[in-house]
Amino acid sequence: MSMATATAQPVERENYLNKHYGVGSWLLTTDHKRIALLYLISITFFFFIGGFFALLIRLELLTPAGDLVQADTYNKLFTMHGMVMIFFFLIPSIPAVLGNFLVPIMIGAKDLAFPRINLLSWYLYIIGGVMMLHCMLTGGVDTGWTFYTPFSTAFTNTKIVEAGLAIFVAGFSSILTGLNFIVTIHRMRAPGMTWSRLPLFIWAHYATSIIQILGTPVVAITIVLVAVERTLHLGIFDPKLGGDPLLFQHLFWFYSHPAVYIMILPSMGIVSEIIACFSRKRIFGYSFVAISSISIAVFGFLVWAHHMFVAGISVYAALVFSLLSYAVAVPSAVKVFNWTATLYKGSIRYDAPMLYAFGFLGLFTIGGLTGLFLASLGINVHVTDTYFVVAHFHYIMVGGALMGYLGGMHFWWPKISGKLYPEGWARLAALIVFIGFNLTFFPQFILGYVGMPRRYYQYPPEFQVLNVLSTAGATVLGIGYLLPMVYFLWSMRYGKPAPDNPWNAAGLEWQTQSPPTTFNFEEEPIVTWEAYNYEELDAPHNEEVPVAR
Amino acid sequence: MHDSSTTAVQGNVQSEVHGAAHNPALLHHFATEEQQRDSASFGMWIFLSTEVMFFGGLFCAYLIYRLKYFGEFAAASQTLNWQLGMTNTAVLICSSLTVVLAVWAAQHSKRALLLGSLVLTLILGFAFLGIKAVEYAEKFEKHHVPGPSFQFDHVKIPTAPGQPEQFANPSHAQIYFALYFIMTGLHALHMIIGIGIFVWLLFIAWKGRLTPEYNTPMEIGGLYWHFVDIVWIYLFPLLYLIDLRK
Amino acid sequence: MSEHSSSSLSTYVVIWLALLAGTVLTVFAAHINLGPFNAAVALTIATVKALLVVLFFMHLRGASEKLLKLVVISTVFFLFILLALAMADYGTRTWS
Repeated sequence: MSMATATAQPVERENYLNKHYGVGSWLLTTDHKRIALLYLISITFFFFIGGFFALLIRLELLTPAGDLVQADTYNKLFTMHGMVMIFFFLIPSIPAVLGNFLVPIMIGAKDLAFPRINLLSWYLYIIGGVMMLHCMLTGGVDTGWTFYTPFSTAFTNTKIVEAGLAIFVAGFSSILTGLNFIVTIHRMRAPGMTWSRLPLFIWAHYATSIIQILGTPVVAITIVLVAVERTLHLGIFDPKLGGDPLLFQHLFWFYSHPAVYIMILPSMGIVSEIIACFSRKRIFGYSFVAISSISIAVFGFLVWAHHMFVAGISVYAALVFSLLSYAVAVPSAVKVFNWTATLYKGSIRYDAPMLYAFGFLGLFTIGGLTGLFLASLGINVHVTDTYFVVAHFHYIMVGGALMGYLGGMHFWWPKISGKLYPEGWARLAALIVFIGFNLTFFPQFILGYVGMPRRYYQYPPEFQVLNVLSTAGATVLGIGYLLPMVYFLWSMRYGKPAPDNPWNAAGLEWQTQSPPTTFNFEEEPIVTWEAYNYEELDAPHNEEVPVAR
Repeated sequence: MHDSSTTAVQGNVQSEVHGAAHNPALLHHFATEEQQRDSASFGMWIFLSTEVMFFGGLFCAYLIYRLKYFGEFAAASQTLNWQLGMTNTAVLICSSLTVVLAVWAAQHSKRALLLGSLVLTLILGFAFLGIKAVEYAEKFEKHHVPGPSFQFDHVKIPTAPGQPEQFANPSHAQIYFALYFIMTGLHALHMIIGIGIFVWLLFIAWKGRLTPEYNTPMEIGGLYWHFVDIVWIYLFPLLYLIDLRK
Repeated sequence: MSEHSSSSLSTYVVIWLALLAGTVLTVFAAHINLGPFNAAVALTIATVKALLVVLFFMHLRGASEKLLKLVVISTVFFLFILLALAMADYGTRTWS
């Protein structure tokens, strides 16, 4: 393979991208890598949609008065922002893109256990997405992404049933992906790939899949109940007819809290891979990090009513859920400590993926700690439904999950595309994202603390400075997100061809071609080494010349 | 190596590479038939796990309202025909037997038993749905279907002798019926899907595609059917047998 | 793990009869006054029936690997969590 100049076309080896051409070969593919790219395009599209709504929200909040949009429209903006970002971007993102691409390769398999079901997952996602788009274009929803009853069932006249069904369909996409991963990880590991040799990325996706399997069906049935109640004017959740609105909230949050762990666990898996590679060290406390992923999945199901502390649940239940919410922070903290210990005496490199991982470490820690503030009943009463909560979850979702996703996209881009992205621009983008993110969301902690409620389109004038800072930050953040989209696309045509292992990283995926062939491995690998064998990789006879940027 | 479309020539090359007795049912990404079968079975068990949680949300709602409005739940439940419910329970239990016989027959190459069991299963499945339809029709006539036409006036709550009379609150009774229809309706939907699956199984069994070496579709279809039976095993006492002692 | 486990035909018939008997027993018990225990009895019998189906008809008893049993137990556990923790709220709302 020649490292040709940008204009000459080097002779390409056969790989999963050039193996077959034509729209049909993509839309009817069962190759997990192609499906991953189909997802990449779709979720990026929805990220733009969700981002567009965010832009409108922040524009409105530049001024204290409600002067950009009407109140009802504003309700629709934050609702659609939430629904699109959560159900059509964050929940699929890492598992459906990086998980689909890497899980089989990392365990030494040719594909997932059920490739056709994998394709079905993507089509279900698309169908749900189209339904959601149609819903948004024909009036949208204004209940908040949480569509609490009885407003959603008895009072609002927006398109609840359609949005609910869109999420229902997308939920099945999520369930099938989780099912596929669990069976694959159990049944398709290559000889020698024992559980304790699995990359932590796999452990993370395994834990995520458990949540997808057990949690998503409950929100699915909840949506069915809401749809039936709304259509037939029943009273399952309507207090006037003897129903309990809190029952909806219990059923809704039973899924939606574990859902946030669906969003963060895969990102944690990525961070483990990146930190190991760019410290040139095995992850400290491998088994603790692996077990903590499973613990997060299990504990995550025990804490849901911390979203309901002020809704009217009994104070005894609140005490129980508060205690359990403190407990669920422990495995996350275990991970942060182990990552930090990995850095200690590591040989640190500051490539773009590592910058995102560092960003994750700091921002996830802040987000997680503020979660503990919220778990405390006394504090919760004051800051619930304020911008404090908004800041908390954006620190985790954006500062955590999204940063991990971007770090992973950079780390594995050479493998996925066979091209190198421009490192200078990537580091700049990471920095812009970090600065923009903090400028957007840190002021929101303060805003919440001083009392600005969430989901309001107007606010007292004394809150304006912080809001303006936040909007300014959002603009910077937007630029930071646009840059990778531009240079990733650029690299597909003009980027330097990537070697098979540009980072000299550990893991079976780096022993395949960049990009991999359709069936990943020439011969089934037989694994005889432990995960993160960086000492072996960096031993003198193995040292590779760092790839020129 | 190619993905889905393998020409005849390459197919021969493949069987040379893989060796003799390459079962055409073996999918390409699996190493052995056992791995494929175990994966399919495991996949179905996980899917059933999602179904348990799916119905589980309804059971949660049911539990809460039964405790809250026990009187109305009892009154409403006693407008159901428990004899028909019991018959349906027996029907499904018999169908689970015929399913298990079909699986056994497939594993032991008993074609007549296999086909007969599958047909019997389908007949029992239709019988279940038929009885359900009769019950739903009766509910419709009595205006017990939740919605605009729902009526539940002047129905007494079952009480012990000597206790004062109480009338059921229609709104609370409507919650019972809503859960009744959603739970049994969802169950019936799963039955219909199950019948569809078994029609397909009957077809491939008739074509001779179920053998002792390869009967995975039968096995996982059976798992699904048994699950639907188990849901009903819980639905019957919970919906039909509330407070009948009075 | 081989799922070729199949019990003998006579086992299947015995289980079938047990399931039918359980159904009759459930109906019978529902008509006698057991005080607060009627519901518990009904659910216990239902659970025994479900276990018979899972263990014998779905061949979980013969499964050599513990994996499937873990799946079943985990699922039941999380369903139980949903019911129990929801009841932690509803059951204690009227306390003091």
